[in-house]
Amino acid sequence: MLKVRIIPTLLYKNFGLVKGISFDSWRRVGSALQTIMVYSMREVDELIFLDITATGEQRDPDFEVVDDLADDCFMPLTVGGGIQTIDHVRQLLMMGADKVAINTGAVLNPQLIKDIANRFGSQCAVVSIDYKTHANGVHEIFTHSGTRATGLSPVTFAQQAEEMGAGEILLTSIDRDGTMQGYEPDCLRQVSKSVSIPVIASGGAGNAEDMYLAIHQGKASAVAAASIFHFTEQTPLEMKHYLRGKNIPVRL
Amino acid sequence: MKKIAIIDYGMCNIDSVARAVEKLGAAPLITDIAHEVAQADGIILPGVGSFADAMKELTSRDDLIQTIKYRIQTHGTPFLGICLGMQLMATIGYEGGKTSGLDLIPGTIRHLEPVIAEERIPHVGWNEVNRVSTSPLFHEVEDRLDFYFVHSYHFQCDPQYVLAQTPYCGGFISVVGKDVCFGVQFHPEKSLKSGARILTNFISLC
Repeated sequence: MLKVRIIPTLLYKNFGLVKGISFDSWRRVGSALQTIMVYSMREVDELIFLDITATGEQRDPDFEVVDDLADDCFMPLTVGGGIQTIDHVRQLLMMGADKVAINTGAVLNPQLIKDIANRFGSQCAVVSIDYKTHANGVHEIFTHSGTRATGLSPVTFAQQAEEMGAGEILLTSIDRDGTMQGYEPDCLRQVSKSVSIPVIASGGAGNAEDMYLAIHQGKASAVAAASIFHFTEQTPLEMKHYLRGKNIPVRL
Repeated sequence: MKKIAIIDYGMCNIDSVARAVEKLGAAPLITDIAHEVAQADGIILPGVGSFADAMKELTSRDDLIQTIKYRIQTHGTPFLGICLGMQLMATIGYEGGKTSGLDLIPGTIRHLEPVIAEERIPHVGWNEVNRVSTSPLFHEVEDRLDFYFVHSYHFQCDPQYVLAQTPYCGGFISVVGKDVCFGVQFHPEKSLKSGARILTNFISLC
């Protein structure tokens, strides 16, 4: 059976790893290389590495850092941040990324999704969607690290992304990010229902039960988390034991 | 030290395959040049992307395909196709239009079709590799271990070439083999220890 993946997310900013709350109040959480080595030792399912300032600083992805990290990464690695051209993708794949996550670049230029899928295959095109939930319950996509409203609905854009050839959707609730209060269930369920590609839930995991809910009710194919691994004693393996106890297929 | 040619035809992250080969004690040679391939003890064809594009890239290199086939047939040089590389070993692929493959193992590449609603495509993540036949590729690898997959198409062929299957979309062929040619639909270079063991077993055949 296909296993549900638990994916630690590493956010990279100014030469180190950070973690914030709702895309703000960043705290340093250590060196990227050391962290990758720890996760490698722990044999996690997959890793997501996002360079969160590349777009804001209008610079290219940091290829050298990715090259260094990939050297110690014998598990699948998704890299995102600042990807705007097919050549960025080509270089990142060459440096050892297995998949690329495109966020702002995909919203500004959805054709990029199609270009990546055609050139390198759908399986390496992860479309990353960051959204906020308004007081009236409406979800809206924000780009540029959560700073710019787009007026776009996550469901509509996820469907468009699938049509353009996206292989996975990484769906992050900005409101829940870093709060450890649980994934935002409503948009997750809507997006999972409206596409047939895998959806990765992201933003808000505080414990294994949150992951269970995202999988069982939200129909997520994978769950991403950062704060619980940075700031609590919980490990991906403990989460998996819990999920297995609830009949969710995991790789132990 | 065994020299393993890793065919670079501009389609993928050959880096991770090369790193894995190096870590396992062989000398990776990243190349798309026929006479370099001819000097290798083993050949790995990695790849992500679409079948038609990949064949276009491979055929555009002078003598590359001919050399690969010649080495396999006359020198018994072991060959391992990974993911798209496995699919390219087939006779015909249907991704990006009907396209002829390398025809190393008679087979056809078709899109995965879900048999239950929860099965999403692409098939991404860790899934079991269940053996249906013995192979030196599986030496000291437990049956039913999880490996990392990411693909939307799959290999269809005569049962005599099937070494393992994976339970998804009604069960698809995840490992094929014929003489010195092997193909794995999963990514051994990204499948941690169990993947490393498969690569080690391949290298020891070279």
